[in-house]
Amino acid sequence: MHTRFFIRRILRAFPSGMEKQVRCKRFGEGMEKSSFPTGLYEISETDNGSIVVRLTGKIDVENSASILQAILTAITMKPSNSLSVDLKDVSYFDDFGAVILLELKDFVTKRGSGFSVMNNSIRADEVLSKINFDSYQTFAATQKKKEPHFLVHFGETVLNGAANVRHMLSFIGSMILALVHVCAHPKSLRIDDTISCMEKTGVEALPIVAMISFLLGFIMAFMSSIQLQPFGANIYVASLVALAMVSELGPIMTAIIVAGRSGSAFAAEIGTMKISEEIDALYAMGFDTTVFLAVPRIVASMIVVPLLTLFSNLFAITGGLAIGVFILGLTPGAYISQTIETITLFEVVWGMLKSAVFAVLISWIACFRGFQTKGGAIGVGNSATSAVVSSIFLIILFDSIFAVVRSYWR
Amino acid sequence: MEKNPVIQVKNLVVRYGDKVILDHINFNVFKGEIVAVLGASGCGKTTFLRHIVGLGKPFSGNVFIDGDEITSDNEDTFRSAIRKIGILFQGGALFGSMTLAENVALPITEYSGLPKNAVAHLVRMKLDLVNLAGFENHLPSEISGGMKKRAALARALALNPKILFLDEPSAGLDPIISAEIDELILSINQRIGTTIVMVTHELESIFRVARRAVMLDGNIKNIIADGAPEFLKNHSPNPFVKQFFNREARIV
Repeated sequence: MHTRFFIRRILRAFPSGMEKQVRCKRFGEGMEKSSFPTGLYEISETDNGSIVVRLTGKIDVENSASILQAILTAITMKPSNSLSVDLKDVSYFDDFGAVILLELKDFVTKRGSGFSVMNNSIRADEVLSKINFDSYQTFAATQKKKEPHFLVHFGETVLNGAANVRHMLSFIGSMILALVHVCAHPKSLRIDDTISCMEKTGVEALPIVAMISFLLGFIMAFMSSIQLQPFGANIYVASLVALAMVSELGPIMTAIIVAGRSGSAFAAEIGTMKISEEIDALYAMGFDTTVFLAVPRIVASMIVVPLLTLFSNLFAITGGLAIGVFILGLTPGAYISQTIETITLFEVVWGMLKSAVFAVLISWIACFRGFQTKGGAIGVGNSATSAVVSSIFLIILFDSIFAVVRSYWR
Repeated sequence: MEKNPVIQVKNLVVRYGDKVILDHINFNVFKGEIVAVLGASGCGKTTFLRHIVGLGKPFSGNVFIDGDEITSDNEDTFRSAIRKIGILFQGGALFGSMTLAENVALPITEYSGLPKNAVAHLVRMKLDLVNLAGFENHLPSEISGGMKKRAALARALALNPKILFLDEPSAGLDPIISAEIDELILSINQRIGTTIVMVTHELESIFRVARRAVMLDGNIKNIIADGAPEFLKNHSPNPFVKQFFNREARIV
């Protein structure tokens, strides 16, 4: 005798977020679905205290979670002896159904009672035998790899760092060799690549460099005018803007913009080539990858970055001029002649020399990071990030070195 | 034969700019069929597949997946259609930053709402199905090309989709593994009645697996042959089709 104590219920509770889709699918349901009612279940208890769960209809990805949840809740309330699942009326059964059975089996086995499956159809039998249901070993959810001991971790970091330095040195070596080779055989320089690279790094960067420099000059002039105006030293705003821009800020700002624009692009481009085996293809065809990929970029940036710096200086001075004329009431002529008096040719050349060095640093580190790329999409992202970060660091570092060198030189 | 096809392509026109790639294609697939789509290189097979699964926007025409229009602008209809299909991409398209288990678990966790442990069971079953048990914690970059393809197949099968699209399932695999994949495709088709559309060049697997072959032609930009592979091989009136199925070189 079976005593029914649970009402039969249709599962309408779907995992959150899916409701909308499921509903709209149901409206469009055809004949096929009605012959395959979505999963129902019924729980009853026999006289000797064991629970029987009868599943009916279609058990699939959409209702497996709610069926499992509901049955688990129901049988938790009944700490009964054993559980059996009746599959007689199941019309569709796949591995999502099998997972329900596995979880139920796991649950009741843990509390020390028996589990059985009754009346499984040939189809369900096939699914269950495919996964060796009877002897299936329940296992801990996908284990993460163990965290190694911190000493192991430390050692690994040191070794990686050493390897990184070694790679960097060997890349500097191969870059110098490649540049020497290109100087000795100018024909081996890939002119077309170099020119298109100059366009991308230089011409296309001009608007943003111009804009930022103009605003920079503008701000500098504005801020300094507040300090200088009380002393009637308005005209020295021109000197301040010109000197600060030409010797320091012009090269640095330009280099940082180029690092952000082109450094990341070089690293991402070469990195993508590396992970899609294009670099290997070049190597296998007998090309020197440094000459082929790195040299055009280095040469192009060495040429265009100093020019960009010149433009940057020019636009910053224009920004300062705007403040000088409109706020401080200077004449354009006075502002310009004060500017010309302040900056020497040496300052301009020194600034351009610095920016040429920055250009080499940016393109070198970007190409290096590109060649170092490993793995997939994440590797490319990491290379681009580290290219920008390293080049900004190197720019500031070398700028300090330049400052020290110059102060001793004079 | 059922009345309602599970895939219905109506007057599909695909253009890239002014260039017409597919011209007014009409094509139906019925439930439980295994259809091979083939044709010379560059005739638009992959384009055709991409448009059926909703990855490309056609110039005109409609594609219905099990009654839902996948070419529709209605987000709900599109989502409901896309949920019914699984796709194996040519290159696998596994997520490089995730382990195989995480790759397979992603759609299961997202759409089933099952607890973690149950998802782990399912992932193991899916990977077991493609003989990759024990590789759960490997990253895609750590396994071979054939294994990547099988892992991608496991991911395409994760939700037991009604329709499975396979782009070159056995290209680049050794004969044993590609035979195994053929058997796997057949058994999936038999076990859960999955409809399968595969783009492939491997004649052997077409004859082994497909009940119906559809051949596209780059010149007329449409289907030139549709029928059982054995029939097309021996009795096709079109010499080009015959040549293709008999693997003959072009006459010089």
